[in-house]
Amino acid sequence: MSALEVDVGGRAGELAIDVALRASETPLVVVGPNGAGKTSLLMMILGASTPRRGRITLGGATLFDAEQHVDVPLERRGLGFLPQRYALFPHLDALQNVAYGIVAPSRDERRARAMDALRELDVSSLAARRPAALSAGEAQRVALARTLARRPRALLLDEPLAALDVSVRRDVRRFLAGGLRAWRLPTVVVTHDRDDAAAFDGDVLVLEHGKVVQQGRLAELERRPETDFVRQLTSGRHDLPPGAP
Amino acid sequence: MRAPVSQAPASPDSGAALASWLWPAGLAVLSGGLLLLVALPLAGLFFTASPRQLLAGLANPLVGPAVRVTLFTTTASLALVVACGTPLAWAIARRRTPAWRVLETALELPVVLPPAVAGVALLLAFGRRGLFGPTLAAAGIGLPFTRAAVILAESFVAAPFYLQAAVAAFRRLDPDLVLVARTLGASWSRVFFTVAIPLSRAGLAGGAAMSWARALGEFGATLMFAGNMEGRTQTLPLAIYAALESDLRTAQSLSIVLVAVAFALLVGVRAGARP
Repeated sequence: MSALEVDVGGRAGELAIDVALRASETPLVVVGPNGAGKTSLLMMILGASTPRRGRITLGGATLFDAEQHVDVPLERRGLGFLPQRYALFPHLDALQNVAYGIVAPSRDERRARAMDALRELDVSSLAARRPAALSAGEAQRVALARTLARRPRALLLDEPLAALDVSVRRDVRRFLAGGLRAWRLPTVVVTHDRDDAAAFDGDVLVLEHGKVVQQGRLAELERRPETDFVRQLTSGRHDLPPGAP
Repeated sequence: MRAPVSQAPASPDSGAALASWLWPAGLAVLSGGLLLLVALPLAGLFFTASPRQLLAGLANPLVGPAVRVTLFTTTASLALVVACGTPLAWAIARRRTPAWRVLETALELPVVLPPAVAGVALLLAFGRRGLFGPTLAAAGIGLPFTRAAVILAESFVAAPFYLQAAVAAFRRLDPDLVLVARTLGASWSRVFFTVAIPLSRAGLAGGAAMSWARALGEFGATLMFAGNMEGRTQTLPLAIYAALESDLRTAQSLSIVLVAVAFALLVGVRAGARP
């Protein structure tokens, strides 16, 4: 399987970002406190913001190289992106949402391929529904179908479970973790939840103040936490509501 | 009105009690004053002539040509403002650099500019001895005192109303939708036409209505730059002005028509703004 390799530096507002990462066989889980630069890092990889230095390659192809002045525009990077609230187009139904990104010689073929993509994620029955009539879990599947229908070469997921109720979170987490194993794409998942990190079963990269402070398997992080944030995350205290004992 | 409630009788608190009574009373007088200031002229407009007199006023030969000129020029100016203003608003909404902020502020200037100043400015730009007058004359184009001048004057004063609303509507758009559309391979123009415009429809329509209403009421800049020629450049507000000297009822009838149109637009915009 190809790999997504990133080594970039730049500014995001007040924050100086300097990160190197590699995602390949297993999802790379990026965790960190609010304002650590997780989303800004995703924006740089996507091509929505320009790093000041560094390189981004995907399967050996250069997407960005500051020295060589390579900067592939984001619509041609071949990356699939799932934002936190999934960003389905509210004025289109599920099928039209999925068809939006499909390039096909005819309208019928576009719709047929969109339907296939919905079917693969078990949501073909929702094809005619507008996003407002979907539950958060259904919306996520439709958004994933939309992303995968384009056959992306890597996936970037920003807090994919944050919009879900606790009641459905476990099921969706299991489904998503299974999907990531099946789709076999280099994947970067941003999360703030220990259980998510555990379910995705990949390397965990801890970002604080725009820098990587620790990286490794979750079990290693739990054994030797190097910062207070890692200690809180791995002891599970991080997710408790404020004021809880 | 509710009587003030005093807890302690004849105590030093009576000053506070007086203040608590004065405040609502003062509020009522002040806001009532403003209400009357708006309501009384409208009452004068509607209740000083019989319906028959008003209908007779509309039979004045000024009316037909003025309605035609107004409909034609305001429609043309709306088309011009929407066609040029929508892409410009999209560009402004997406950028946050100081230069674009300056541009945004500059484009709002006509809102606060006195219409007479707009008229002088248009004459000095496109008039015979204006900045571009000789160039236009060389090309055989004479703008001042033509119907095109009416359209330009109306667009000049009305464009900011559409631009402001369109920029605000585009800024309300969820940035993730734009980002996702682009990761799905959409070019900027496709994002503009298939995501930004459909999702900003209500805001754009509201801005278009306000902009059209402003063009409909344009008077000062049109008078100075396009003149007041019956059937050519005389719009409804100019016809009201012209009729005032000869036939007050005509001026009154036309005014009522404009009030009704403006009110209907306002109600429509309010209803459209509600989700």
